[in-house]
Amino acid sequence: MSTGSLGGTILRRLVLGLPTLAGVIVVSFILTRLLPGDPAVYFAGAAPTAEAIAELRKTLLLDHSLWDQFVAYLVQLARGDLGRSLVTGQPVVKDLSLRFPATLELTGTALALALSVAVPLGIAGALRKGRAIDHICRIVSTMALSMPAFFTGLLLVFVFYYLLGLAPAPLGRVDPMAFPLPDRTGFILMDAILAWDWSNFRDGLAHLVLPAFALALAGIGPLTRVTRGAMLAVLTSDFIRAARSYDMPRWRLVYVYALRNAMLPVLTTSGFVFSFLISANVVVEKVFSWPGIGSYALEALVASDYAAVQGFVLAVATLYVLINIAIDILYGIVDVRVRLAG
Amino acid sequence: MDRRKFLEVAALGTASSLFNWRAVAKSKSDHLLIVAEMNANSLDTHTVGANRATYGLVWMTYDRLMQFGTRTLPNGVQRYDYFDLKPQLAESWEMAPDNSAVTFKLRKDVTFHDGAPMSARDVKWSFDRFVKVGGFPQRQMEQGSLTDVDQFEVVDDYTFRVKLLRSDKLTMPSLAIVVPNIYNSELCKKNATAADPWALEWTKNNSAGTGAFKVESFKSGEQVVLARFGGWKGGSMPAVERVMYRSVAAAGTRRALVERADADISPDLPPREVADLIASRKFNVESAPMANTLKYMALSTITKPFDDVRVRQAIAYAIPYQKVIDSSVFGRAEPMFGASSNAPTDISWPQAFPYGHDPDKAKALLGQAGLASGFETKLFFDAQAATIDEPAALVIQDALGKIGVRMSIEKLPDFAARRSQKNWPMAIDIFGAWFDDPDFFFRWIWHGQNTVWNVASYNNPEMDQLLNAARQERDSAAYAVLVKKFIRLAMTDVPVIPLYQPILDVVAQRDTKGYVYMFHRQVDARTLYRT
Repeated sequence: MSTGSLGGTILRRLVLGLPTLAGVIVVSFILTRLLPGDPAVYFAGAAPTAEAIAELRKTLLLDHSLWDQFVAYLVQLARGDLGRSLVTGQPVVKDLSLRFPATLELTGTALALALSVAVPLGIAGALRKGRAIDHICRIVSTMALSMPAFFTGLLLVFVFYYLLGLAPAPLGRVDPMAFPLPDRTGFILMDAILAWDWSNFRDGLAHLVLPAFALALAGIGPLTRVTRGAMLAVLTSDFIRAARSYDMPRWRLVYVYALRNAMLPVLTTSGFVFSFLISANVVVEKVFSWPGIGSYALEALVASDYAAVQGFVLAVATLYVLINIAIDILYGIVDVRVRLAG
Repeated sequence: MDRRKFLEVAALGTASSLFNWRAVAKSKSDHLLIVAEMNANSLDTHTVGANRATYGLVWMTYDRLMQFGTRTLPNGVQRYDYFDLKPQLAESWEMAPDNSAVTFKLRKDVTFHDGAPMSARDVKWSFDRFVKVGGFPQRQMEQGSLTDVDQFEVVDDYTFRVKLLRSDKLTMPSLAIVVPNIYNSELCKKNATAADPWALEWTKNNSAGTGAFKVESFKSGEQVVLARFGGWKGGSMPAVERVMYRSVAAAGTRRALVERADADISPDLPPREVADLIASRKFNVESAPMANTLKYMALSTITKPFDDVRVRQAIAYAIPYQKVIDSSVFGRAEPMFGASSNAPTDISWPQAFPYGHDPDKAKALLGQAGLASGFETKLFFDAQAATIDEPAALVIQDALGKIGVRMSIEKLPDFAARRSQKNWPMAIDIFGAWFDDPDFFFRWIWHGQNTVWNVASYNNPEMDQLLNAARQERDSAAYAVLVKKFIRLAMTDVPVIPLYQPILDVVAQRDTKGYVYMFHRQVDARTLYRT
């Protein structure tokens, strides 16, 4: 596959993603309006009079027809403006750009953690099928899957912060009293590396460990099961039997040929798990006061903050489309057949 | 560096950072960290959608012409005194003999945070602003008959006059709440635009006051860091240098932070956690009944069978009030039941109603109303208050079942938005007022003007007459007579059954003192100190 065709694939996939995003724009607009709640009542102050509410409805342009509101929203979108959040009072674009890196850093770390536990565990389970390690693998994945992230989050805070005092206070991404880092990428660890600031790097890492682990637990279950299943299927397939008959060294057989083929379903599942972890973020962010988009969206939903909810849904939908494209491309790299089919 | 060496160093680094962190945090003893569920979403109460936390913040970053004094509650906790107005940016004031105007003499030594001196022109600009910007500030000040820019007049640099449209006892206290803040008019004008002549966009993210604290950093809804303003003239200098207000959404996390002494104050732990922490005796818990605030059950007087006063009284006798308080707020409330008679002895508000748990009396009253076999009805409550109101609803459901009333329960996520529809037979609701005058509170709930808070759709000409008269009455003895009359009427007619008066419990570390309960219920850092 030449680089030109890779660029072509990406472009084609991006274009194919557009109808999805258009659908998301329509659905998120309609859903926010259908949800119970009235932003004018919510924001009219402590003791609103009927006139105060009517007046606010006018200020928020809620007195226009739904169609007019939708057209206005589209015009706004075309300018790259997602509107203004009522909860934070800031433009939604600004809010999201501040908060998205926090969520991505947490989710990415969690996924890496989950993979680093799940893949070795799954391989071990498949190689020693029916033996002790296989049972451990099953127990770990079932337990990780059955504990809600909110619970594991609180449990981790209780043990490592409250009882043992090992973890820093669950107050977001860095020590709130610390000297703030120059904000270059929005990713604390990366900013710390760029600024060559190791004390902040350690601080950021220390704050990241517990929430990332709480989140990773939610992903370990499915990833372990899929790795184990895929490895088992590949190990019993014809080409492995053929390779075995040629007396190929075992490590080469398992870790090069079998593993590479077994990685395909793991890759697909990682995509799912990443998406799933983004949604699980909502509760973990709450427990650790993590300033990400999950807590932002939750607050916006409660307040019927239309612009913020729509912006959040659109941003996450875009992220999902991008993840799917990334996975398709990785597929091509891992699997020769996909490349040939092109 | 080989691979093993690298891994060793990395592991050590991580572990030591985890251990070192606490030592670092402990050394910052001149700072206060206050954790609450909500954090300010604006630096100005005049902006659309400014939340309650913003009220508390603006309270400290801006000053007003007058401020409330303080008094001590029976349990030793300090609270604001609504009836004791003290000077802040005004040195003194004088009411015209015919009550047509009040003239304020301003302090001459006041400067804004940027060093600019404050004059009567700033006051005039600030007052014009709350009249002109619409929304909450305008509506709030309307309550005190402050509605027209022509009412506000600069006499000279340090003299400012407010013309009074009518004799309204809410006018003066209105000038001490979180709306008539004094803004740096020159600085604001510099940041105003044609579309935004009052610079609301700018004050949302920037502070332009004379208050005790300057805003050092602000992340909307997430955290605010305040630094003491050395040139503050509005009161005695705060003891703490820096205060951080930080939003921590999970109550469990807030509790853990307080218990580990990483946070100094949490003002909004759920009643259950508060009851635990009080029992542990390790904390300084400052408890004050929420002023002018009532949790109550409204019965729709325009829906059968609640149009019959006997049915309403029957319900009031059927409720096991203490059980409601114990199960919903773990005892953290002032009881509002069990008064010996329906003739109020004083005009304090809220005060206990003459009902108690008496199922026999309830049954008898239902029998008199021809409903001995009971009836079916529905109770609505706000899903956002579910942790507190759901247990209360269940206790009430159980108790009403015993007198034959089959009540179903409906939890509404959009309770606030649907309040104005007034189609709930029964509803649990809460109301709090900023002004201590009982007639002000009553106007919202019992008056026939039918505000959104009159969920019972109560309309009684006698009540309206008493409330209208009380609003005008300047003589305190005559006012007291009227107040006793309308409280008594609310007691006998019971369209609204008080369940309890909530208590605000502020949990602080043992060494953190100086808390004063404020009407806006946020923590005022100006008086806090460490022992």
